Amino acid sequence: MELIRHNLPALIVVTPLVMGLLTSIIGRRGLGWWMAMATTAAGLAMSVQLLVDVLSQGDRTVEYLMGNWPVPFGIGYSVDPLNATVLLIVSLLSAVITLYARKSVASEVPAGKLNFFYALWLFCITGLLGITITGDAFNLYVLLEISSLSTYTLVALGKERNRRALTAAVNYVVLGSIGACFYLVGVAYLYMATGSLNIADIAERLQPIYASWGTEAPIYQKTVITGFAFMAVGLSLKLALFPLHGWLPNAYTYAPSSVSALLASTATKVGAYAFIRVVFTLMGVGFAFGRLHTDVALMLCSGAAILVGSWLAIRQNNVKKLLAYSSIAQIGYIALGFALANKDGITASVIHLFNHALTKGGMFLALGVVMYRVGGTRLQDLRGLGRKLPLTMGAFTAGGLGLIGVPLTSGFISKWYLVSACLEQGRYELAGIVLVGSVLALVYVWRVVETIYFGKREDEVTVREAPASMLVPTLILVGASIYFGVDSSFTTHLAGEAADFLLKVKP
Amino acid sequence: MKDNPIMRLAVRWNIPFMLIFALYTQTHGELGPGGGFQSGVIVAAAFVLYGLVFGGAEMRRVVPRWFTDLLGAVGVLIYAGAGVYAMAMGYEFLDHAALMPSNPGGAEPWGMTVVEYGVGITVFGVMMTIFNEITEGTNPEDNEPTDDSADTEYGS
Repeated sequence: MELIRHNLPALIVVTPLVMGLLTSIIGRRGLGWWMAMATTAAGLAMSVQLLVDVLSQGDRTVEYLMGNWPVPFGIGYSVDPLNATVLLIVSLLSAVITLYARKSVASEVPAGKLNFFYALWLFCITGLLGITITGDAFNLYVLLEISSLSTYTLVALGKERNRRALTAAVNYVVLGSIGACFYLVGVAYLYMATGSLNIADIAERLQPIYASWGTEAPIYQKTVITGFAFMAVGLSLKLALFPLHGWLPNAYTYAPSSVSALLASTATKVGAYAFIRVVFTLMGVGFAFGRLHTDVALMLCSGAAILVGSWLAIRQNNVKKLLAYSSIAQIGYIALGFALANKDGITASVIHLFNHALTKGGMFLALGVVMYRVGGTRLQDLRGLGRKLPLTMGAFTAGGLGLIGVPLTSGFISKWYLVSACLEQGRYELAGIVLVGSVLALVYVWRVVETIYFGKREDEVTVREAPASMLVPTLILVGASIYFGVDSSFTTHLAGEAADFLLKVKP
Repeated sequence: MKDNPIMRLAVRWNIPFMLIFALYTQTHGELGPGGGFQSGVIVAAAFVLYGLVFGGAEMRRVVPRWFTDLLGAVGVLIYAGAGVYAMAMGYEFLDHAALMPSNPGGAEPWGMTVVEYGVGITVFGVMMTIFNEITEGTNPEDNEPTDDSADTEYGS
């Protein structure tokens, strides 16, 4: 046990990688799902243990050296309250969605490809967990590519249902590769200036460089600024921050249902985490926000994301696409939170990472049930389903209330912190945008809810309630999102720890 | 192209040398340009050359698809296995000192050798998979017999 505990940071990434490889070899027929399920369940246990370990440390960090090479030379994994929280989000959501995936995937992916599907599924989770846990800027790029490459393929596997999955996947490949390339170019510029790839080490070596800029002989000024610009744009593409969100709606819409749920609840969250890490730990707030005023650009983009994303969501007829545009708006809330760079803002950001993952994951799972039982996710497919799928549609509605931010749902907690962070900075216009965004969310959620409960079906088909293996995970996620809206002490405590760590407040 | 005696002879004579050169790059990566990645590509190039001249179906008779697909995963498993072995022995992940605890410095080259063979195997497997996918068509479920025109596309 001590052996496992010591190696937890490595195991959390290596387990899904090795199991993914094994799944691609032996995971034919039903076995692939069992292997994926066992792996993600183990991942959840490991990330819970890691979170406990991190919070019990005095300096709130757990370090791990790959191959025992000292840190600036080798790859170091470093866990602090922020990435321990994101690890928990990713492994919790991946475990619950894998639990759901069996029947849904079997109905949407050809049986001969199931072993490769679950292998890619595990590789994607490997990449996402790795991005979150690594303390090395280049290693982050490698894991970003692992998760992105497997995601492209997973999206393309939706082609059995709709050929447009292929164009969506190609579109995502092009934009995703540009994003990853930009990030890599940014890392290269920083390597040129500092000669290091370790995030903590770069941050330390940047200090004398920053100090020289006010003087007669500034060193590497343009290099560092260019590097940061490349990284910021590359990661914005990855997290689909408006106006770089073009790949997201179609990729979410045409991917298999479980893949949409996994992507919506983890992939963009990890992108947001990487952005927070680059701004706060790698470059430093003083440089990124103080000197370059990236926060203004971020506030503009995230404000526009909230308004435009919600507005476009109202105009969609495919409910999956509606949720995808709503995700763009929600990413706006997350980005707005950390752009404010005060404790409430970062807390709001981290809480919203957690709450939105639960809410949106649950809603995509509910839509997956509709896809499984009815065969489509257009608005007319949902007509009158309120009576036929009472539990699933109830879960969808409860999730929708969370998106609006109704009190007693977790969305309310995030928005509460976000608005109070805006007011603390004296940004009344941003607080206004958040509130307008909630009203727009009310409109698009109501359109769907009205169709579900008051729409009339022309074709009186018999639709049975979802099978238990799909219903239970949906209810777990939506139930959790309600629970954390009523009793938010767990999420606010975690997010507060993360915010304190980022803002260098000693616990 | 398989009817051209010059091509047949050239390919038959070249492939053994390519394989030997691949082995050289695999084992002498530290002395010259080389290593697992390059050696895997060279081995794959030898088989691809064979496939180009004698046709994809003939090449798949020599190295079946299931075998190359398997190798793609096995190589990474060897790489990761070296790391997991170190962890099981009480070292950090990928700390090759686990292979020879009495002489950690001497163990490092052995660890790297294992890792490089893993890389070579994976690269070979993946290169072959890519070539198979291109020549065989994209859908492995297609049970249609491979028609000869697909193979002679490279010929004339």
